[in-house]
Amino acid sequence: MVLERRRAREFEAFAAGAAGRLLHAAALLTTEPRDACPAAERLLTRALARTYAAWDALRGEDPYDRTRAELTALFARTAWRYRRSRGGVLGRLTPQERLVLVLRVREEVAEERTAAGLGLSEERVRAILARAVARMRHPAAGAGPASGPAARLGMAAR
Amino acid sequence: MSAPGHYSSEGPPDPKLEPVRRALDAPHPVAPPGLAAAAAQRGRRLLRRRRAARRLGWAVLALAVVALAVWGSTVQPWQPADTITPPGLGW
Repeated sequence: MVLERRRAREFEAFAAGAAGRLLHAAALLTTEPRDACPAAERLLTRALARTYAAWDALRGEDPYDRTRAELTALFARTAWRYRRSRGGVLGRLTPQERLVLVLRVREEVAEERTAAGLGLSEERVRAILARAVARMRHPAAGAGPASGPAARLGMAAR
Repeated sequence: MSAPGHYSSEGPPDPKLEPVRRALDAPHPVAPPGLAAAAAQRGRRLLRRRRAARRLGWAVLALAVVALAVWGSTVQPWQPADTITPPGLGW
């Protein structure tokens, strides 16, 4: 009981500090606008719940990193639901490009950790990031994820 | 991990990335006040379910060991079998 109460207290303190930042990352992934992101909130709640369940077994691991990893895994598993843009900044990118961009540029996760977390090679992460950046800079150069079968398969339209 | 603006672990900051970084660096949204509590509750449920599953697993294992012991002590399969072969029927 004492243990459970302490875990709850520590978790609440952590969540209060980290939720905003993590929610922003989640909303970037689901491409929802910042002020209305129910899907991102759901993803984050599930990721935080998994961190809570693993709290006693973290053994020095950063709970923020853990939650981000859970969030990434949850998003990667359900990415097909978020193919279509919901109005956010990264709406033109595929879910995988969003993941790499958010982890590498916004969260500044090292290339090898990003690759390990997503189950990709480092070269692949570099290539996906380059494509994502190109698409952000020149919206016309690559079609969006919802604009055609070739684009859905991750190929450039031109 | 690295200073803002420093993007690749291998090289100097990439100026091409600045606009992208700016687009991603908007102020954080405010998490709804109930989110942490909901997550904690969900986490507790997850933990409870995992514990129940583990308990069930141990119970099944214990039951299997008891069943094996009872069966072993009644049938005693290590005893030599009857050496007399029953006569073949119709041969």
